[in-house]
Amino acid sequence: MAVSPGECLGLVGASGSGKSTLMRMIWGNYLAASGSIMVGDVDVAKAAPREIIALRRGTLGYVSQFLRVVPRVPTVDVVAEPLLTLGVPVAEARGRAMALLAQLNIPERLWSLSPTTFSGGEQQRVNIARGFVHPYPALLLDEPTASLDAVNREVVLSLIEGAKARGAAIIGIFHDEQARARLCDRLVDVTQFTPKAVQ
Amino acid sequence: MDTSIWAKMKTQPLLSVRDLSKFYGGRIGCADVNFDLFPGEVLGIVGESGSGKSTLLSCLAGHLAPDRGEVIFATTEGPRDTVLMAEAARRRLARTDWAYVHQNPRDGLRMGVSAGGNVGERLMAVGARHYGQIREAAVDWLGRVEIAADRVDDRPNAFSGGMQQRLQIARNLVTGPRLVFMDEPTGGLDVSVQARLLDLLRGLVREMGLSAIIVTHDLAVVRLLADRLMVMKGGYVVEQGLTDQVLDDPQHEYTQLLVSSVLQV
Repeated sequence: MAVSPGECLGLVGASGSGKSTLMRMIWGNYLAASGSIMVGDVDVAKAAPREIIALRRGTLGYVSQFLRVVPRVPTVDVVAEPLLTLGVPVAEARGRAMALLAQLNIPERLWSLSPTTFSGGEQQRVNIARGFVHPYPALLLDEPTASLDAVNREVVLSLIEGAKARGAAIIGIFHDEQARARLCDRLVDVTQFTPKAVQ
Repeated sequence: MDTSIWAKMKTQPLLSVRDLSKFYGGRIGCADVNFDLFPGEVLGIVGESGSGKSTLLSCLAGHLAPDRGEVIFATTEGPRDTVLMAEAARRRLARTDWAYVHQNPRDGLRMGVSAGGNVGERLMAVGARHYGQIREAAVDWLGRVEIAADRVDDRPNAFSGGMQQRLQIARNLVTGPRLVFMDEPTGGLDVSVQARLLDLLRGLVREMGLSAIIVTHDLAVVRLLADRLMVMKGGYVVEQGLTDQVLDDPQHEYTQLLVSSVLQV
């Protein structure tokens, strides 16, 4: 399969069919046993760790379902971190992080606290802010609207539409059928890739 | 993006390790270790007690003489095998381009000397002589590791374990090293103090473009700090790769056992 700039491809298939596995392989988190995964000119299936790190730093963004952060780090710094690793000055990085947190309706009084104790929906929005704080040319989205209320769901959908409009290539898993219909240009059923028992 | 330290990251390794082995009589300390470390990279080395990870770190840092192999460091004069270096040259490297953070801060600090003195001493070892400037640099570094300026004249004996560890880090980083060796840097600290130290280390690695090699048995620490991971067992490296890939999709059965043994919080 292939995704073009500005295109959003939805992965579909029943639970356990391999949607998340495929996404994690593209992210370089699961090792590919064979084949190739080209992100730009890097083959993730064969790349050295430092090439994957460089790819994740500037090119490939990933909004997972789980927030994994250093405990005690304030939310604003969690969101700004991808920019800091790219060398963006601290004030500018924090400014962009704060703007996104405000857009995603995370109350300002929470910005200085660690997100580890936030509710599921709040953690998910912090994760989304981290994934959208830098304009990655390619994005992987694993159920970005799963535990959001209607208002925040709309904010996230418009963020994704904005990323498409600026030319990001997106691969997403959306159980939310309306979101899928609104965002996805094409669907790929991963069941066709699922290993079958030999007859 | 072009202004970032990562864009300037050189493609030449900072440290190249080839076939490094150390034996204790007939027993294996570590054997046939090979890896390249690039500028700005953090490498984690994990394994159980006795896996050879501390022996390996000691051989890399020049505290132990390996029986075989090369440890090639990109010095300012070009790549040099530090195993073959004269003792004086290696000591100079240890004072300038390298730093070593011990698990027990008492091993890396001078307990009878003030906090400011501990930091200033390393500056003096590389030739700083102006008292005012040394004190200023010491206070600045104590601030960066979150030790208040009014503690500069206190001795480390009067500090908590977490503060001592942060002081040790300040003492090590004040001279702007390029490679930092860390032996269980968060071991022996409360979990909440560990978190603060991890955040501090991450920030320093990012701001200074440091390369680091961290030995630990704590998989949570490497997940948050290390870009790459090496897993050791019985003196051999059994698996290495991108940290989250090794932890989430371990290939070697020993790594699978190690990862599945971690208590979930």
